[in-house]
Amino acid sequence: MSEVYLDHAATTTIRPSVIESMAAAMRDTGNPSSLHSAGRRARKAVEQAREQVAEATGAHPVEVIFTSGATEADNLAVKGGFWARRAIDPRLTGLAISPTEHPAVHDAARFLQQHDDAQLHWLAVDPYGAPVPDALTRLVETGTIAIAATMWANNEVGTLADIPAIARICHSGDVPLHVDAVQALGRIEIDFSALKLSSLAISAHKIGGPQGIGALLATRAFTPVPTSHGGGQERRIRSGTLDVASIVGFGVAIVEAERERDVETRRLAKLRERLIAGCALLDSVQVNGHVADDRAKAHPGILSLHVPGADADALLMLLDEAQIDVSTGSACTSGVSEPSHVILAMTGDERRAKQTIRISLGRTTEAEDIDRLVTTLPQAVERARRASGYQPERE
Amino acid sequence: MKILAAMSGGVDSAVATARAVDAGHDVTGVHLALSQTPEAVRAGSRGCCTIEDSRDARRAADVLGIPFYVWDLAEQFREDVIDDFVAEYAAGRTPNPCLRCNEKIKFSAVLDRARALGFDAVVTGHHAKLAIDKDGVPHLSRSVDNAKDQSYVLAVLTAEQLRYAMFPLGDITKEQVRAEAAVRGLAVADKPDSHDICFISNGDTMGFLRSQLGEQPGEIVDADSGAVVGEHQGAYAYTIGQRKGLRLANPVNDGKPRYVLSIEPVDNRITVGTAEALEVTTVEANRPVWTGGEPPSFPWRGTVQMRAHGGLADAAAEIDADGNLLVGLLTPARGIAAGQAIVLYDDSQVVGSATITAARA
Repeated sequence: MSEVYLDHAATTTIRPSVIESMAAAMRDTGNPSSLHSAGRRARKAVEQAREQVAEATGAHPVEVIFTSGATEADNLAVKGGFWARRAIDPRLTGLAISPTEHPAVHDAARFLQQHDDAQLHWLAVDPYGAPVPDALTRLVETGTIAIAATMWANNEVGTLADIPAIARICHSGDVPLHVDAVQALGRIEIDFSALKLSSLAISAHKIGGPQGIGALLATRAFTPVPTSHGGGQERRIRSGTLDVASIVGFGVAIVEAERERDVETRRLAKLRERLIAGCALLDSVQVNGHVADDRAKAHPGILSLHVPGADADALLMLLDEAQIDVSTGSACTSGVSEPSHVILAMTGDERRAKQTIRISLGRTTEAEDIDRLVTTLPQAVERARRASGYQPERE
Repeated sequence: MKILAAMSGGVDSAVATARAVDAGHDVTGVHLALSQTPEAVRAGSRGCCTIEDSRDARRAADVLGIPFYVWDLAEQFREDVIDDFVAEYAAGRTPNPCLRCNEKIKFSAVLDRARALGFDAVVTGHHAKLAIDKDGVPHLSRSVDNAKDQSYVLAVLTAEQLRYAMFPLGDITKEQVRAEAAVRGLAVADKPDSHDICFISNGDTMGFLRSQLGEQPGEIVDADSGAVVGEHQGAYAYTIGQRKGLRLANPVNDGKPRYVLSIEPVDNRITVGTAEALEVTTVEANRPVWTGGEPPSFPWRGTVQMRAHGGLADAAAEIDADGNLLVGLLTPARGIAAGQAIVLYDDSQVVGSATITAARA
């Protein structure tokens, strides 16, 4: 029995073309910051990748800052952005953040609240987890917001934020908007310039590139205070020797991902429909977020299921045993799943937050994978419910 | 069999798990997250179950090639073990939290969950011998390593619980466990044992109790003279037989050290006396648990153990209609506290366990 991987939102299979391009890059020697020919060769490879990333996201190459991943990019934008803004105007102490953000934004904001006296304003979200744009209007008018941040596609439930509307409000109020587009890349058209965003974070390994590399898109006007000091690479915003091979891999991945975006998005949406149809047969299981395939509202490859009466941990374990890999939401390091803060923000229901699993589809997902999961779920759910002491409601 | 291995990150549970794997069972490792502040990185040998311990357990599972998960039982552990610990001290008794953990967490909450998920048994690294005979009767006895024997804290388990338990380390010494770990390439071979109470990482039980129960000053009274010989900051922090930490302001000057004889939680008073006064020959205990599932025949004669370490005496026991034990010690014992377990042994085999309610001369 082979393994069925349905956790593509956590990470996805690296593209063979990426591996080849990276191996080739690794065989050459050169630090892109060096002046000599070896350095220039490395520099050329990096700049080519930079142009690929810029083109794929509607940005100018100078706006692309390579980082170790989206977490670093989010930290630069939130923390670095806050510090830069407040240095210009001490009245800018506010942060307007969606409560459904990834910890890279969430925790960075909390850090500023605890250590820098930032005033944290949580945006209201609708029951699907999308921030309500109007909530931002009033905040922007106070003239005290240093940075606003909202993610494009929620990594746990897949709900899409109305970025154009939110961006318009921020732009008209002169508030820099940072968008975490990690899950949106490769699924939604990203036009950084047209949307007039201040900054954006993306990650390579979510689109079939290598782990350990990402980018912060930052307009020329947005110069966050660095979180790490050193050689001054990347507009003096992100110091450190550039990881040439990973950057090359990122470039290759983003080109391919953009090229196949339309077709792939439609393919995933169909698989998601198949999955939802299969889950509809399960007793009392509900979807967190949007059910229907609505390209404007939901990520085509993410499905969050609430399984009343079953501890997500127990369910995950049983599925794992059946060689099916799914998750509860954000991967974590201690091994203990925390109740989903996204579900909490959407529903206020802590129990629901502990009884939710996330299934995410990717490039290598086929109909058979969906079918394997659908046939395995009923028994796994029943078992997990028993292990969690579930007593079904009697008529 | 499908076995759930409870892996603390220590060398004992690592080797026990390895043995279960070698025996051909289908083993899954689980680390129990019991602490509510798991971020702490372990320092030295006190306490247990930090992120470092979790990682050590995970690495051992990696070496053994088995699946590994972390189960969060922190809330239940707080209610069943930590809160019980504090409440017992507040009531003037001396609890044994390891007993409570085995009884309520490891072989209850964990075992129930394991069975519901399809496991046949739970294996741990406790030092003890367990055999289930052909009639399904469990036989629990001391490990060959007397100094490390943990049959005392396992004696609280019912026959039903023991039927689903496995203790592979009963036939080897601690030294042999470490040697085996080294041979198997388990990095924890040299990891120091955790002492003291796992949830009091700095070893300061009194400080912990004070933080939970607050300072409640009261009198320390001498048993013979009735005079107030000192003041304490909370009767809860003391245990029968305790000599250290009394700090008597007006000690009776007869050259003999004083020991805690009794603790009265209501009056918040501690009574102290000489070593001789500590001696008891009769122990009452209730809520007995019989390891084999059935009580032995009474009157019973054998050895009893009344503390986790030491506290041994030859004894004779009777039982009344309500299931209360009356145990007569053939040699007097000291420092016998209500709340502790009294475990009955036939030579090295555990007969049963009960909770001490009173002890007197």
